[in-house]
This record gives sequence, structure tokens and C-alpha cells, in this order.
Amino acid sequence: MSDRPLLELDKLSTHYVTGRGTRTVKAVDEVSITLRAGETLGIVGESGSGKTTLALSILRLLPTAAHIVSGSMHFEGEDLLAKSPGEMRRMRGKRIAMILQDPMASLNPLFTVGDQVAEPVRIHEHTSRRSARERAGSLLRSVKIPAVTQRLREYPHQMSGGMRQRIVGAIAISCEPGLLIADEPTTSLDVTIQAQYLKLLREIQRERGLALIFITHNLGIVAHMCDSVAVMYAGRVVESGPVRRIFNAPAHPYTRALVESIPRLGEGPERLTAIDGHPPDLISLPAGCAFHPRCPQVIDRCRIEAPDTVEVEPDHRARCWVMAPGPRSRA
Amino acid sequence: MSVNAPASSRTAGVTLAWRWASYHSEGLPVIPILILLILGFLAIFAEFVAPHNPEVGTLSLRFRPPAWIAGGSSEYLLGTDHIGRDVLSRLIFGARVSMLVGFLAVLFAGFVGTVLGILAGYIGSWVDQVIMRLTDAWLALPALMFAIFLAAIVGPSEFNIVIILGLVYWTRYARVIRGEVLSLKERDFVRLAIVAGCSKWTIMRRHILPNVLNTAIVLATLMLGVVIVTEAALSFLGVGVPPPKPAWGLMLADGKKGLMAGYWWLTVFPGVCIVLMVLAANLLGDWLRVKLDPQLRQL
Repeated sequence: MSDRPLLELDKLSTHYVTGRGTRTVKAVDEVSITLRAGETLGIVGESGSGKTTLALSILRLLPTAAHIVSGSMHFEGEDLLAKSPGEMRRMRGKRIAMILQDPMASLNPLFTVGDQVAEPVRIHEHTSRRSARERAGSLLRSVKIPAVTQRLREYPHQMSGGMRQRIVGAIAISCEPGLLIADEPTTSLDVTIQAQYLKLLREIQRERGLALIFITHNLGIVAHMCDSVAVMYAGRVVESGPVRRIFNAPAHPYTRALVESIPRLGEGPERLTAIDGHPPDLISLPAGCAFHPRCPQVIDRCRIEAPDTVEVEPDHRARCWVMAPGPRSRA
Repeated sequence: MSVNAPASSRTAGVTLAWRWASYHSEGLPVIPILILLILGFLAIFAEFVAPHNPEVGTLSLRFRPPAWIAGGSSEYLLGTDHIGRDVLSRLIFGARVSMLVGFLAVLFAGFVGTVLGILAGYIGSWVDQVIMRLTDAWLALPALMFAIFLAAIVGPSEFNIVIILGLVYWTRYARVIRGEVLSLKERDFVRLAIVAGCSKWTIMRRHILPNVLNTAIVLATLMLGVVIVTEAALSFLGVGVPPPKPAWGLMLADGKKGLMAGYWWLTVFPGVCIVLMVLAANLLGDWLRVKLDPQLRQL
């Protein structure tokens, strides 16, 4: 089983189409991703690079203006695009769970924590109120919440941010999903709580063999948490591969610039390298490679033709013309 | 000391506010419940409580002032009206009509409006369009004209009045609730419910409805006054509760004529009754609002 990927996206494209169909925004453009059970994939990129749209595409929860226009998407061998809305709904929260960007606000203020942790269990497994409640208790224990019996009866506003976060985590794993998508789950927490939470996520992942897609713009977290990374720029995955490879020998100029812009301890007081220019306007992307106006290594071909994916090494791919003549270029 | 004085007065203010809050959250609101219980009791047992027949008067005893004013008698405690009917008895019987019509109409309007408002707000698209255009058109009709029109079709009776007032006033709920739902559905806990695989109906029932209930209750307590006064207007126009039957609104409308001649008791007493009932309902609603919100309940 382990050789078949848990999640496989092949050239998936999600476009936003404006009112009369006059303009399209390629929020996700020909993204290919494979993820095996128990693995962690980090998706990094600037704001607006399509990370969240990608996550919502996997769950098929796109806003009405967005459509998956091409590509394929398989989860545990099942074609997600062929599923009916009802079948898709039964997958969400049960087999694919998601933690939202702001988990602090993800709890309904009117219900007790116990009710909310039990909700997915009751929806998907139609268990009785009591056994769902027992499950809720053990879930809270597994996310290390103290005084569980008391906490179950309390309301979200009585808890601290970190605790609410862990509760949202408990809700996400309540039906033992195979895949958990975490969309910037720690942006609203302070650094110490962040570290605790990430540690907890990793423990849970290890215990339950959960595959994790970790969406973030924090490269430090990626280095810490993930097995592999996909770097997104303007809706495309410009580089993907194992974490070590990407950080030590980035192939794409954008990734290289990102890695160089991380401050490091023990280095002299030089200025940090910043990436010149601005992220592109997705409505009018530059011709050719979307990164070429900001790229330090731009060649003529970049301005005309969008690069194809090139395999730099096994499992390490980049979309860049500069890489093209390298070893093992695409035939 | 002079430095301490404002600080201590501030703490006094805080304790007072604290007491007020705890009065609201812990104890039942005694006064409003008492008022409503008394009114309810009078309404139910009107036949046994009222000293006179509310629908039959003695013409020779018309415009008697209340008992404590010169010319009044203890037989007619709150005086008599323009055809000599006992005001107190009419108030007691009127409680039956006004409470029944008021509460049922508000409940009916609230139910229809809340359901439609949630559907419009949450489902959106064409459902929203249909419901909200209907609401707009409905609101464009003058409420009273519309009520008269409906009353002319179904004929005046207490039961019909409830339906009519409900049909006239659901639009206000629909509007307010829809707006509330629109903001709620963008909240993260609704998104989490979607991501967790809840169906539309589950989300509307479990996550949206409880969160708009507060607004609906506040609106209902405000609407109660409006409904009673509209019922009065309808009665006055002859399409409400059929005339000899007493209703507070009707008494108010009838008494208006006597006001200039100094017969103030004909309007003041039914007015006081309406105010008491609306106020009691408001306070009760306020308490309920606090009681339903876990965040305020903990104070």
C-alpha cells in the first residue's frame, strides 16, 4: 500500500473567472503534488500565490467564482473530481480534515467545547451523544488539555488562544482522517505557543500516521516540520523536493532568493537579501515565466516562453529555463 | 483623601453595575415575570375577576371618573366609558385579546421571518433573490393598508388578526436576520463546520440559528408594542377584533375622542396596560438574551 500515494494531484488548475468571463485568474496553475501516508508536505509562497486556493481545491470547497478547469486529483486511489457533492461532504472532516487560518475564531461561541469536538464524530459516524462525548474527552486528552472533564463543559471564550488552537486540532483529528491540511495554523499565536503547537502536531502525526499538508509562509516552520516542500509562485509550483535539498541546494532562483532572505544566527551584520520588485498581478501575469521581471538570472527565453518542469534530481523538480540544460533535463 | 475619593466612587459604580449584571444573569427577572403572570391570570380568569360585563353598559352612568375622584363610585373603580361600560372590566377582558394577539402574532411573524431570513442569508443565490425581492415588495405596501386588505378577505376575528399581523410583519425579521446571517456565515466557526463536513441544513440549524436567536428575541420584544398598536388601529377601523369585544388598543382608540373633554381615564389606563406588558416583555427578552449568551452568562 505504501507505494501508492495517498494524495496525488496531476496538473491541477483552478481558475477564478470574473463576472462575465472576461478575465481569468489562474490561482492554481498545473500543480502536481504527490503525498504518501504519514508524510508532511510544506507549501510555501507569498500571499496570493495560490496556497489557500490549492487547499480549498483539494476539499472542493472553492468559492463560486473559482473552478477546477483541468488536471486530476486522487485520494487513496479515488478520483476526487468525480465525487458528488454529498460524497465529498462525507469525506470532509472524516478522511480529509483541515485546520483554518485563524483557529482562534473557529469555535462557535454558543456551544460547549465538548459539543464541538464531538460534532464531526456525530455527523460522520452517527454515534450516540454519550459515546461521542467520551470520544471528545479522549481527544482533548490526546491534545494535552488539562482537566478534561471540566473543559468539556466550558465555552470557547473561557480558554486561552493556545488551548482553543489545540481544541481545533482535536476537532480536526476526531474522525481519524488520512490527511490533514493545516492552513497557516500558527500565524495568530505567539512564538512559544507556536512551538508547542507544532510539536504537538508532529506527535499526533507520528502516532496516527497522518499525512500533513502544511501551508505557511514561514520557512523556519517548514524546515522544522516537513519532509518535502513545494514552493509556489503566482499559482505555480516553481520548485518541489525534499526539504534538505531545497534548503541546501535550491534550484530555482526564487527559492534561492527566499532561502537567502532568512536571517541566520552567527552571521555578520550584513543586510538581508530581499527580492526586488513586487509579486505579480495575477490578472495580468507577465509573459513567459511569471518570475522573470524579478529574476536575477533571467535569460531571453524566460520572457517569451513559460518554463516546463525539469527534474533536477530524482524527486527534486523545478520550473526554470536556467535549469533546463542541467543534468537529466526533460527529453 | 481627595485623591482616593474618585477612585472609591468608581468602585461603587462598578459594584452597582456588577449587581445589575448579576441581577440579570442569576436571578429570574422577578418584576416582569410578575407583571406577565398577573396579566395572564387576569386574561385567563377574566369571567371570575371582572366586576361587570365588559360589553354591556348603562347609558345613565356614562363617563363616570375613577373611584378616588369626586363623582366616582367604588362600584366602577376605574370609571366608565362613553356608553357606561366599566373600564376595569374591559381592561381585564382586554388582557385576554391583547396578550393572545400580541404574543401569537409576534411569534408567528418571528417564526416565518427567521426561517426565511436564514434561508435567504445562508443559501444565497436565487433563494436569496426571491425571498428578498418578496420582502422588498412586501415592505413597500403600507402595513395598515395591507392588513386591512387581508382582513377584508378573511374577515375579522381574533385568530385571523394573528395571521394578518404575522403576515404583515415577518418582513422585518427576514431583513434583520438575513443581514445577521450574512455576517455569521463568514465567521470561522461556520467555515470550520463546512470543512468538518456538516451539511447546509446542519449548519443552519446548529450554528446559524442559535446565533441569530438573540437578535430575533430583541426584535420580538420591540415588535410586541408595534403589533398591539396595529391591532388597535385595525380594531378602530372596524377590521380588527370585532367591536363589542374589548381590546386595549380598541379602548385606546375609542377613548381618544373623550380626551379633549377631560375623560383621561379612558386612554390612560389601557395605555398603562400596554406599556406594562411591552415593558415586561422587553425586560424578559433582555434577560433571555443574556441567559442565552454564554459569554454574558459567566459575568
